[in-house]
Amino acid sequence: MPNRTQAPDLLTDPLAEANQPSSLLARFGPDKALQLDSGAVLEHWQIAYQTYGSLNEARSNAVLVCHALTGDQYVASRNPVTGKGGWWTAMIGPGKPIDTDRFFIICANVLGGCMGTTGPASTNPETGKPWGLSFPMVTIRDMVRAQAHLVDSLGIDSLFCVAGGSMGGMQVLQWAASYPTRVFSALPLATAAKHSAQNIAFHEVGRQAVMADPDWRQGRYLDEGTRPSKGLSVARMGAHITYLSEPALHRKFGRKLQERSAPTFTFDADFQVESYLRYQGISFVERFDANSYLYVTRAMDYFDLGADHDGVLAKAFAGTRTRFCVASFTSDWLFPTSDSRAIVHALNAAGASVSFVELESDKGHDAFLLEEPNLFATTRGFIGAAARARGI
Amino acid sequence: MALAETQTNRIDLRLVAEMVTPGSRVLDVGCGDGELLSLLAETRGVDGRGIELSPEGVAGCVARGLSVIQGDADTDLADYPDDSFDYVILSQTIQATRNPRHVLEHMLRIGRRAIVSFPNFGHWRMRAQVFFMGRMPVTDSLPYTWWETPNIHFCTIRDFVALCDTVGAEKERAVALDVSGGRVGVSAPWWFWNLFGAQAVFLLKRG
Repeated sequence: MPNRTQAPDLLTDPLAEANQPSSLLARFGPDKALQLDSGAVLEHWQIAYQTYGSLNEARSNAVLVCHALTGDQYVASRNPVTGKGGWWTAMIGPGKPIDTDRFFIICANVLGGCMGTTGPASTNPETGKPWGLSFPMVTIRDMVRAQAHLVDSLGIDSLFCVAGGSMGGMQVLQWAASYPTRVFSALPLATAAKHSAQNIAFHEVGRQAVMADPDWRQGRYLDEGTRPSKGLSVARMGAHITYLSEPALHRKFGRKLQERSAPTFTFDADFQVESYLRYQGISFVERFDANSYLYVTRAMDYFDLGADHDGVLAKAFAGTRTRFCVASFTSDWLFPTSDSRAIVHALNAAGASVSFVELESDKGHDAFLLEEPNLFATTRGFIGAAARARGI
Repeated sequence: MALAETQTNRIDLRLVAEMVTPGSRVLDVGCGDGELLSLLAETRGVDGRGIELSPEGVAGCVARGLSVIQGDADTDLADYPDDSFDYVILSQTIQATRNPRHVLEHMLRIGRRAIVSFPNFGHWRMRAQVFFMGRMPVTDSLPYTWWETPNIHFCTIRDFVALCDTVGAEKERAVALDVSGGRVGVSAPWWFWNLFGAQAVFLLKRG
């Protein structure tokens, strides 16, 4: 493995993307003010998105893909900041399980994100300065509200499918709960109806790492010309471990040394796994805003769909006509199968049409993003059957 | 589509389907690749759900457009509310459960009716293999040797009738099929069914 401690070259300034994204952009004004769960209202806000494929005449073939914590709208096309391909091209594209030849796929950057949808790195129109910590706290439900405005503006009444993994899966569940008549089918993968104590704990470690960096400047680093790169990098390194599994780490790295035959008796990255994590951290800070990381992790922590419905998750789905397909992975310890089963139990109790499968994989939580033939087969089957039922 | 027009050559599945009232809510426990649920959806217009242990089976069902949950009859039936289905079906699966009695009790609790079909271990050919060869029976429809079979709780028709009595299930209908799928004499006594029925289908309700 090459020694990768240099950050990759970037094609555009990621902070420029926060206000002027390279993607499609929908702007909203006071007539579409965004009411947030915190009580705050965003009068001027924007949502950055990408689309793939074409909307049919009946406007019945739209698929909304919701991205995970550090994802973006470039689900199936080149990311303008990193130059890398889309983050879910294994799943989405011509002839893929979510087929761009058949469906009109929409993917939007989440509220609170840093790739063009309004978030803490965006400019506050009232002050002309970055929002920073004056940005209101957002929730998963707020993200979904913002997406619903976008879907309205595209002239789409009902989505054929809402799909996503991890935090994307939380948005899928929220969509089904908030807009049951607008979601024909739902594909929540490797996700949970509430964030666990362990996951909140991991997020808190990440946030504290960011805030402990003196360059964070109480959140005002954009005004003061610094970047809390060290803190955000450590946050990413810790989080990245939770996306993998012990067997996956062992297979990939074991105890192999990094371009050396013996330990150096220093704190250099002697082990390949250290070098790998350092690279993950360094490359992440170049493309992601630290305050955005704080806000979006917080939104996940606050997510508890059952609590929003008198503590009974089944009530969130009462009377739903949406077809659900839930999937988890055996080695995912961040969003374990028990989380998915809790969703399935609630859907069953609500009399919903639901399928569930636990897929065998040793790749941990990240499995939903990777080459997993069983996931593709299940998705293809589910989407195909739903399309027949919808007459697409 | 009427039952007579369907393609399935599984006579036991058609027999189960005949017992199901059109338009009802059905849970198929151990639904395999979804053949019975598809038959019920096509010919009976049921609102069907399934539970299946194997991921391959679930994937096959999902591709057919069925709503199927990967799960285990022995542990997962406890999560279903009382009276949530009109029929709970256990098709050729009871012999593979760890605790057939608990499974049957849950079925009678969850469904207003339960339908159970199973291979009869009391059939004369089974008895002959044990009696003359002194070996656990291996047949075309039950091809496993004793040490690799998933079928850990075989029973005879009379054994099953006794279990129904134990759990207080009322037998609304019972049909035995011979090896070629013909019905064993309707008015024949239990001992006759137990000897000549290769498989049996029971429609039960809470007693």
